[in-house]
Amino acid sequence: MSGSYYVPETSKWPALGSAAVGVMMIGLGVVLVHGVGSLIMALGTVAVLAVMWFWFRDVVIESRQGLYDAQMDRSFRWGMGWFIFSEIMFFAAFFGTLYYVRTFALPWLDGEGAKGIATLLWPDFTASWPLMNPPDSSISGPHDIVSPWQLPLVNTLFLVTSSITLTVSHEALKEGLRATARNWLIVTLVLGACFLIVQGVEYYEAYTHYGITLDAGIYGSTFFLLTGFHGFHVTIGVVTLAVMLARILKGHFSRDDHFAFEAGAWYWHFVDVVWIGLFLFVYVF
Amino acid sequence: MRAMLAWVTGMGVSWLLAPAALANGWNMPKGVTEISRDIYSLHMTIFWICVVIGVVVFAVMFYSLFRYRRSQGAKADNFHEHTTVEVLWTTIPLLILVGMALPATATLQRMYDPSGADLDVMVTGQQWRWHYEYMDEGVSFTSSMSTPTSQISGEEARGENYLLDVDNPLVLPVDQKVRFLLTSDDVIHSWWVPELAVKQDAVPGFVNENWVRIEEPGIYRGQCTELCGKDHAFMPVVVHAMEQDEYDEWLAERKAEAEAEANSVDREWEMDELMERGEQVYGSVCATCHQQDGSGSGQFPALAGNDQMLDDVDWHKDVVVNGVSGTPMAAFGGSLSAVEVAAVITYERNAWDNDTGDVVQPSEIQEMLE
Amino acid sequence: MAPKLPPQHPLEHSTATTAGQAHEHDDHHHYGGPGGIKRWLLTTNHKEIGSLYLIFSLSMFFIGGIFALVVRAELFQPGLQLVQPEFFNQMTTMHGLIMVFGAVMPAFVGLANWMIPLQVGAPDMALPRLNNFSFWLLPVAFGLLLSTLFMPGGAPNFGWTFYAPLSTDYGPPSTTFFIFSLHIAGISSILGAINIIATILNMRAPGMRMMDMPLFVWTWLITAFLLIAVMPVLAGVITMMLMDINFGTSFFDAGGGGDPVLFQHLFWFFGHPEVYIMILPAFGIVSAIVPTFARKPLFGYASMVYATASIAILSFLVWVHHMFVVGLPLAAELFFMYTTMLIAVPTGVKVFNWVTTLFRGSITFETPMLFSLAFIVMFTIGGFSGLMLAIVPADFQYHDTYFVVAHFHYVLVPGAIFAIIAGVYYWLPKWTGHYPDERLGRWHFWLSVIGVNLTFFPMHFSGLAGMPRRIPDYALQFADFNMVSSLGGFLFGASQLLFVAVLIKCVRGGEKAPAKAWEGAEDLEWSVPSPAPLHTFETPPDMTSQAPQRH
Ligand code: HEA
Ligand code: HEA
Ligand code: HEC
Ligand code: CUA
Ligand SMILES: [Cu+2]
Repeated sequence: MSGSYYVPETSKWPALGSAAVGVMMIGLGVVLVHGVGSLIMALGTVAVLAVMWFWFRDVVIESRQGLYDAQMDRSFRWGMGWFIFSEIMFFAAFFGTLYYVRTFALPWLDGEGAKGIATLLWPDFTASWPLMNPPDSSISGPHDIVSPWQLPLVNTLFLVTSSITLTVSHEALKEGLRATARNWLIVTLVLGACFLIVQGVEYYEAYTHYGITLDAGIYGSTFFLLTGFHGFHVTIGVVTLAVMLARILKGHFSRDDHFAFEAGAWYWHFVDVVWIGLFLFVYVF
Repeated sequence: MRAMLAWVTGMGVSWLLAPAALANGWNMPKGVTEISRDIYSLHMTIFWICVVIGVVVFAVMFYSLFRYRRSQGAKADNFHEHTTVEVLWTTIPLLILVGMALPATATLQRMYDPSGADLDVMVTGQQWRWHYEYMDEGVSFTSSMSTPTSQISGEEARGENYLLDVDNPLVLPVDQKVRFLLTSDDVIHSWWVPELAVKQDAVPGFVNENWVRIEEPGIYRGQCTELCGKDHAFMPVVVHAMEQDEYDEWLAERKAEAEAEANSVDREWEMDELMERGEQVYGSVCATCHQQDGSGSGQFPALAGNDQMLDDVDWHKDVVVNGVSGTPMAAFGGSLSAVEVAAVITYERNAWDNDTGDVVQPSEIQEMLE
Repeated sequence: MAPKLPPQHPLEHSTATTAGQAHEHDDHHHYGGPGGIKRWLLTTNHKEIGSLYLIFSLSMFFIGGIFALVVRAELFQPGLQLVQPEFFNQMTTMHGLIMVFGAVMPAFVGLANWMIPLQVGAPDMALPRLNNFSFWLLPVAFGLLLSTLFMPGGAPNFGWTFYAPLSTDYGPPSTTFFIFSLHIAGISSILGAINIIATILNMRAPGMRMMDMPLFVWTWLITAFLLIAVMPVLAGVITMMLMDINFGTSFFDAGGGGDPVLFQHLFWFFGHPEVYIMILPAFGIVSAIVPTFARKPLFGYASMVYATASIAILSFLVWVHHMFVVGLPLAAELFFMYTTMLIAVPTGVKVFNWVTTLFRGSITFETPMLFSLAFIVMFTIGGFSGLMLAIVPADFQYHDTYFVVAHFHYVLVPGAIFAIIAGVYYWLPKWTGHYPDERLGRWHFWLSVIGVNLTFFPMHFSGLAGMPRRIPDYALQFADFNMVSSLGGFLFGASQLLFVAVLIKCVRGGEKAPAKAWEGAEDLEWSVPSPAPLHTFETPPDMTSQAPQRH
């Protein structure tokens, strides 16, 4: 290691990126609060995406120019690793919510346990999970639930398989088998896309047939919170892997220099693991 | 050097100030229950332990600062580890902590035992007043601050119990175990009377328990201690503790009143009666938001000259009885009696030049409530 | 013992940067990139970004301070004189939010940016562009937050802890924007923390082992870990609020099967580690300054590291101490009382180590040292009141009174803020090449110490006597001590103008500082020239044989 650490010159993307994030969030806020301004939001979103595009493009170019040494590679690894850790904590908050509601809040409202006197306020309420009849009778709960053994099981298979195919692709890349890597990556992407489609179908069913909606009490709330943010992460994962596919097609990556691909793979596996948690705790139990 | 002296004097003065202030009533009250006295002694014990540790630590520190000044030619030593002292100053504090935790645990266990209560009172927080219900007695009422706004704005001299006076205090018997069941109709409030050492949050949708056994008759004042919006500062708690016989008398009176009111629901009420009653209810319950003169403010709509309200009696009744969900406008059908609701609606429809001449009868409201 | 220096060209570096303050005129001479405002917008240099953070933080400290002064002015006397309760609540809320997220946290990140690469011998932060992004998110976030003051219904008015349902069903329309501003600030913190961790783990000069790192680096490593662990939880809980407000979910509404108290669990799971995020780097700074001016190695380096780690781990297990009166099962109250009390042990180890470092030293009292000594004393006092708060039965009386306000200002103002100020005085020579004015510094110190104690000491007593917090008006018996607090608040605030004077003077000129500006200073940053040139350690120094004597 002899002064080879690459410190980039000035860059306009960080500052532009912050401004774009600001415009996007203000736009979203105006939409939510005042019901207007979707144009601002759209503009902001496009700007955010554009900045990401250009910023990552710079990184790719620098990487292709061989400016990054092994130490730089480790910086990226630490960076990505801790970023995923932050994402784990983000989901931990939501799983914690689910756990708390099921183990504490609902039984208490129904008169069980240390705070069970709450039942005084809700004499007619019976706790159950999934919660079909919320304490306040003016909130109508779901009238049916998603069976875990239909679409969710299919989706589990999709995601688990996709993790495997992605690993195969990665191994191939490490062996220098570019075409194999490409093919398995395509399979992964297709599986990811299938997952998203099935998830969309499931949401449609939930809203139209099961009465599982955002305002159907805590079951609907946690259901969409967890599956929604997970689905959003799958989408990001799919886009990331699609970019990796494009880069493979353009001839990027070598046997031992393909951290971008690997980071995308880490992310994908993380999303997969979250799904397993979801499948177990949102659908099955 | 001068600096050092200043330091030491400053420290000394404040350490002296602290006990002095504590001794002069600027301290947690000892209170009038067994628990409150236990808490007080816990508080003083930890305080003195901290003072002693502080004095020792700061004494070593100031000694070093004084003794090892370079200006006095001190030469630095080079030691930077010493396992024995390090182990000592990890274990000794640990033992001190255990010593503190034991009595705290015992006290807490007693505080957490509301069993065997003689009387249950449901305390409901509402923006910005308290509602008390003597369970199984059929007596309930609302308790709002009675300090006039003119004192707050300074137009009038402030009274002795400025901000700590209410129209209807909670009346309790002494030497009885009273169990409180606390909840809220809107946001989280917290019911606190320092001398009773009871502070408990009132959480909407849930019920908390606490209890008290007051040993001395008297008037005990406290405040809401959880930020609950604009008038959080103006939500006092007043407990009037009485001897048992006095209390029984009071309760009987209240019961009779409640019964009389229940019986009067069906009769035809006169405009004047309703207006009088309504003005009182309005002043104690509604005026915090809609203002005394019905002019409203900010998000709280004006009721004087409110066309929608004046044109549509049924809507008016509906809003007051059922509230407007998702806004601070609560469903008063739950906490006010039919007579009170009818009275306040009649009042609103005729006060402040509203002059509709409408009279809303308690029986109409009773019907809605059923 | 000085580590091998990177090759220097003194002439080229002497005017390189004086990045203590913005808008220096002569320093883009040797700077390849754009000049003027663009230079600050586009920079990827850790020193410039560090300066940006520090300037930002100082502005926020003043804005948050002005809000505090509005609060103090209203509380000068009983009655409502200056502001209405609605506005008062906005001031309290914005004061807390701005000070915590806008002043203290960015100040520490700024110091980390400046000093960590210098202390570990790195050419820059690990991910320089990301670093600039982290910074520029902040003005966006706080611009948005401050703009809520001008929105219909006003700014957030539900306290910096924004408990549901006051902040959800009953919040002003601006709440949605408040949530987004916190999202943005949160992203900034997470990215900043990732960068700091990557720098510390990956960019140390060859031969520098973890246990050779200065304590400021260690405390920041652990702080960064805390940030990455808890900021996402904050992001999660505000997202749930957003959904309750805008999409009809019922996370915090019992009617739908949720629970308002769930909000508090999530908030404080973030919130308690957050308060240690605001103190651990302060410990690091004090652990650098005390040995320097005692001219003696820090006592118990290793135990300092372990104590910091223990505090961090325990901080995940104590959050319920903010919720003792919310109505929780006995077992929970006991568990969290014990864990909270335990934190006194590792914190005590730190205090004892500092005091022992002074013992048999050769002590001088320059401004950074004065602030650090005051830190030790007053932080400890704040810690003691914290310990009192941890005793559940007693907390039933203390909770949500001014006793709590006194506690946390003691750990935050003469705690975190004093440590930041101490750090600034300590490192100013390295940043600007000039010593800060010692006479002004002393005035600043003494006025601050007096001001801070006048403001916050009486609050212990008004709290014990029963004054609730977050009230614009109070009963007559609290009048005297409130008047003292208000006067003290204004004195403390006004003294900070001296700080600004010192900063400006120091950037402009003053006694020249050599590379090793303080006689007793041993860490790596003192091996580069003062002011530190824009680029340092482009070739990493070899530390293999030069580890400082830590143990
Ligand atoms: C920098 C920030 C900071 C720090 C370091 C601390 C440190 C501590 N805090 Fe504090 N705290 C806050 C910031 C901080 N706090 C804030 C902002 C709030 C209010 C939030 C709000 O509601 O708005 C709060 C509130 C708060 C509460 C809730 C009070 C209430 O609302 O009812 C409690 C209760 O346990 C508490 C406890 C403690 C403890 C035990 C410590 C310990 O870490 C202290 C340990 C230190 C010592 C004890 C001193 C040194 C030790 C020795 C010399 C060893 C020997 C000592 C003994 C054995 C006694 N804090
Ligand atoms: C690090 C954090 C931090 C810091 C530094 C401070 C600093 C100060 N705080 Fe802080 N405070 C909090 C964090 C902090 N606070 C938090 C988290 C809360 C809880 C909020 C809540 O309840 O939700 C709180 C609440 C709080 C309250 C309770 C409000 C209430 O309950 O209603 C009060 C009351 O006195 C107060 C006062 C002050 C004062 C006087 C200062 C002073 O130290 C400020 C000094 C700084 C300046 C004054 C600015 C600089 C100077 C100028 C602009 C020059 C001009 C001035 C003059 C000429 C006088 N604060
Ligand atoms: C905590 C504050 C608060 C209190 C106390 C309160 N109100 Fe209201 N009230 C409101 C708010 C806010 C609205 C507006 C609701 C909305 O947005 O539709 C309202 C609306 C109304 C309306 C409908 C007017 C309109 O234009 O929307 C009536 C009538 C009314 N209140 C009567 C009362 C009466 C009678 C009482 C006392 C028994 C009372 N209010 C107490 C806050 C309050
Ligand atoms: Cu009710 Cu504060
Ligand atoms: Cu805490």
